[in-house]
This record gives sequence, C-alpha cells and structure tokens, in this order.
Amino acid sequence: MPQTIIEKLWNSHLVEEQAGAPALLYIDLHLVHEVTSPQAFQGLRERGLKVRRPDLTIATADHSIPTTDRSLPIVDQIAAKQLAQLEANCAEFGIRCLGVHSDRQGVVHVIGPELGLTQPGMTVVCGDSHTATHGAFGALAFGIGTSEVENVLASQCLLQRKSKTFEVKVEGTLGRGVTAKDIILALIAKIGVGGGTGCVFEFTGNAIRALSMEQRMTVCNMSIEGGARAGLIAPDETTFEYLAGRPHAPKGAKWDAAIERWKRLPTDAGAVYDREVSIDADTLEPMITYGTNPGMGVAINAPLPDPASVADPMERDSIEKALAYMGLEGGKPLVGHPVDVVFIGSCTNSRISDLRAAAAVLIGRKVNPKLRVLVVPGSQEVKRQAIAEGLPELFRAAGCEWREPGCSMCIAMNGDQLAPGEYCVSTSNRNFEGRQGKGGRTFLASPLTAAASAITGVVTDVRTL
Amino acid sequence: MKPFTNFRSRLVPLAINNIDTDQIIPARFLKTTSKEGLDRQLFCDWRYDAQGNAKPDFILNQSRVAGAQVLLAGDNFGCGSSREHAPWALTQFGFRAIVSTSFADIFTGNALKNSLLPIRVPIDVHAELFAAVAPDPDATIAVDLAAQTLTTPAGRVVPFSIDAFSKRCLLEGVDELGYILKQEGAIGAYEASHPSPINTAA
Repeated sequence: MPQTIIEKLWNSHLVEEQAGAPALLYIDLHLVHEVTSPQAFQGLRERGLKVRRPDLTIATADHSIPTTDRSLPIVDQIAAKQLAQLEANCAEFGIRCLGVHSDRQGVVHVIGPELGLTQPGMTVVCGDSHTATHGAFGALAFGIGTSEVENVLASQCLLQRKSKTFEVKVEGTLGRGVTAKDIILALIAKIGVGGGTGCVFEFTGNAIRALSMEQRMTVCNMSIEGGARAGLIAPDETTFEYLAGRPHAPKGAKWDAAIERWKRLPTDAGAVYDREVSIDADTLEPMITYGTNPGMGVAINAPLPDPASVADPMERDSIEKALAYMGLEGGKPLVGHPVDVVFIGSCTNSRISDLRAAAAVLIGRKVNPKLRVLVVPGSQEVKRQAIAEGLPELFRAAGCEWREPGCSMCIAMNGDQLAPGEYCVSTSNRNFEGRQGKGGRTFLASPLTAAASAITGVVTDVRTL
Repeated sequence: MKPFTNFRSRLVPLAINNIDTDQIIPARFLKTTSKEGLDRQLFCDWRYDAQGNAKPDFILNQSRVAGAQVLLAGDNFGCGSSREHAPWALTQFGFRAIVSTSFADIFTGNALKNSLLPIRVPIDVHAELFAAVAPDPDATIAVDLAAQTLTTPAGRVVPFSIDAFSKRCLLEGVDELGYILKQEGAIGAYEASHPSPINTAA
C-alpha cells in the first residue's frame, strides 16, 4: 500500500507495539537544553539510572543564556545556576555539552542541522516545542515534556500514539518581499492555532521544493503554532546539498548509501492523507500578526478583523481581548503603526540567510533612532559566517545591536525583554501575552518586514521602501 | 505518583479559548531547576498586578476557588510550549482535572504524566457547565476515572475518552518509565538491527 513519508518514518522506528499500550518508538537524536532537562536528570538520579545512549544525545545552552559579552560573569544568579547545572548534569551523565563557552553553542534547533546531526529518515526529539524545525530534513521531529526527556535519556525510546497525516500543499511562486515565514503565518491564520492538533504536517508543492533548507526550517519550525507536534518536508537534492560535508554527515561510501536510503523516503504516489489544505503562493502577501496567538495574522495591508462582525461569541471575546491587550482597533490595517523594538533572531529566523535578508534591506540605511533593534545570530557558527561577510559592521552602522547567540527576546528569559506596553516587530514564533516580556506586544513577521519596520519606525511593507 | 481516585468538586470557570502555556506559567519562571514552588506562579500575569498584588477580579483570587479541583477552560487549552512546568503549576495549585472541548497535544501528554486529567467534552456539555456555574459557584461535578464519566451539576452522566494505557497508569499511580524499561529485550533487538547513523560525541 502506498505510504506517506510520515508513515514510513513511524514504521521504521517501531520498537514494539503491545496490546493496551502505545507504540514504543526509537529516537535517533535527542537534543537537550538547560530549561527542560534539570528535573529529568534529577529523576534519573533518584531512580539510579544512566543515560542509555549518550552518543545519540547532545546539549547546548540557549534559553536562559545572556546575549551580552560571554567573557563576563552571568548577572542573573538563577540563570547562572541553571546553566551550570546543565554542564554538571552533562559531565555526570557523559553527554557532550556545547555550553556557554563552546565555539559551537547556539539555539538548539540551529545547531542540530548546522552540525549535520539532523538527517533525513531520523526521529528527533527535544524538550522544546519548536523541535519540528528538524522536520525540514524529512525527519520526524517533535517537542516533548520533561518526563519524556527523562524517558528518552533512560531508554532512547518514547511511548507514542500515531498522529493523523495532514498535507499542506503550497503551489506557485512567492512574489517579491514574500518569504517562507509568510507561508507558515498564512497557514496558521487559515487553520487556526488548534487546526493541526493530533496531526503531523507534510509540506508539499512546488513552492516548498523551491525553498532553501534554511527557509524550509522556518516553515517546519512553526508547525506547533498550527497545533501540529511535527511538520516535515521530504528530502531532495536541496537537502543532500545542504548536508554534504557537514561535520556529522556521512562520508564516502556511507554517504552514497545514505543518499540511496534517503531517496526512498518521499511519500509514495497514491498515498492518502487524513487531511489536506492548499496555500496559493502566487497570491500570498507579507503576513503579520496583530493579536495574542500566532493564528491572529493578516496580510500586511489588510484590515484587522472587526470583532463586531464575528458571530461566535467566544471567538469575538478572544479577538476583543487580544485587540485590547495589543491596544489596537479592529477594521484598520497595521501598516503605519508605531514600533518601539525590532527583534531579528530565534529558532525561526536567526540563520545566516535570515541575517543576509535583513542586511540587504538595512544596507546603506539607518534604523529609526527612537527604536531599539536587536540582531541575535542563531549560533556561534552563524556568528562566524556573519563576521566573515561583514554583517555585524553593517548592522551596527545601521544602528542595530549585534549580540551573542541564544533564544534572547523570543522567550525573554535572559534579560532581553520588552517593557510593558512596548510594540515589537519580531521574527520569532509566538505573540502570546507577555511572551517577549510582561506587558510587551508582539507583531510576528519576516526578517524583511522586521528590517523595513526598523528603518521607518512603523509597521512597514518592505515592498514600499 | 498517588493513584488517581474519584472525586467531586466545584469548577473554576475560565471562559477563554487557546489558553497558552505562557499564560499558565510565564517563561521567566522556567529558570528553576526544581519542580517545586510553582503554585504561586500559576497564571501569574493574570493573577497579580505589576506590584505583585492579587487582582480581585481574576477568578483564581476569589474565595470560590478554595478547594476547587477542576478548571473549566475554553477550546485548545495548553497550546504553545512543551514546558511540563504548566501541569506542575496546575497540580500544585490543587487542580486534578481540566475540562475543555479540546487540548493541545503536548499539554495532554504532560498532564497525564502528572496525574492531571484532561477531560474532553462535547460543545453542549461545555456550555451546560459554564451555564451551571454562572448562577451557582457552588455547583459541583463528579469525576469517575474508572467509569470514564463526568456527572454535571444537573446530574447528567457524560462519558469521556482516555487511552487505556494512560488510564491504567493514573489509576495505579505509576509512570511510563517503569513499563518502558521492562521492554529492554525489544529495545536491544532494535538497536542491534538498526546501527545509528550518528555519534554526537565524535
């Protein structure tokens, strides 16, 4: 029977299926960070267990790490303790840790692919909901809680229930100023934040095939924002080209064998998905969110919804509440709305191509002096690439802050945060109340929209610059 | 974990859709390395003003909440991050069940691992429960996990679904890891026939 790539990945990782229990699934790569792991390591200690496969596990520090000068001591003592705990846990349990001072440190979902650890056909987990990022390689990758982190550390396995398959078909050609970020924001606006609950997305269509690996990662990254635990893209020549020569990618005869294996992964002709939705790339516009969940998004020049015209009372309440929190009026577009901060970074948009895209807008221009603009590379490797290309000087000359790698203002755990009431155009993935700092107000958008808004000081359609 | 037992409780209504984990417990509290002491941080930014004073209009600050063990919430409860701090905070506050029309996937898994029962009910039952608690804050529901039923204040017995494995873990008060570790034979056999393509330590 023809199978989707999702079913192939599931079947090839089945360790056991017993009556009355979920399937036991093998995990090929476990990524660990400082926030969701300490209690899992403590659990192992209490049970007297070891890490079963330290060779399939790797840790880094990203969430609570400062993005200021790394040679200085960490001011936040609670964060310092958590970061030290990660290094101590990894040393105790024999796990490689790309910690605070590692030259490979970075946002966990940036470094896995960058090191060539994330490969097609794998199962990848991490105690982080944006693990779907790795799906861009044709891997089944999803976020887990701390109990599951402990389960994987101890057994390299997870008990899982099979998800439904959901094809997201994107056909056509993206117009000028329209990016991978706009594809995923448009999908979430269309199906809602719970639209993919219980499903794994497979992104298909010629507009997806035309994306680079970094753009594919941006798309898969926000699958969870549409409710799907995982989202993936079948591997192709673009995938193989990205992986070739990376530190952990197979070499020589093993590379050739891997390519043969990976070429069998794509969904078979005639395979049937449980659900399907289509997005027309030709008519897509730059997207921006106006509300307090990622489904509250519109084309940048479109008017915001008017709560008075929404029939469902709870939905109307949601929009009213969101607009009140955001200090916005329904019925008007966001373009021209004042901005206080611009954040370019996060596991969604902090790779070298994201920084290049922002730099191409900012080159020879100045950011509006009333704004604070943070540019945070996704990893030490991205930082090195950026330095080699002269990007930090370009950003600084434009009036941006160039910082050290980390999650930074996406999750605002490390001191990089909005003040109450501030508006931020952000390339990150969540606009929940207080996500970027208590009382802060987030507009999610692409690096192009972020850079354009940084120059003008108001929400700006990059095509009008 | 303690075995999950039947109980009767008042409801804490929170008629908001898509309540995300950043509202359940804001990210700035995730710098902890322990599971303890999270009850005060539950819904922190809805519960307290900038000075840390309790906001009297928020339901968790009202006397009706004392002893209540069931949160009645809008659609898609628990969307957002994978932080297990969310069910830790909810259970430490005293909740044993959340009733909604739908739950986010990762939250559901995390809740079940912490003796917090996500009860999914049809839209009409959901509406009936909100309608019942509006005039009568002391209205109670009964939860029977073994029978998989919720009894509304009006006495309507509503079945709910839960997978058999999670149900057994809750009723026996055991976690998944014990079961997984017993599958050592199958795990070893899988590893023997599936050489790993990577070595993170290399």
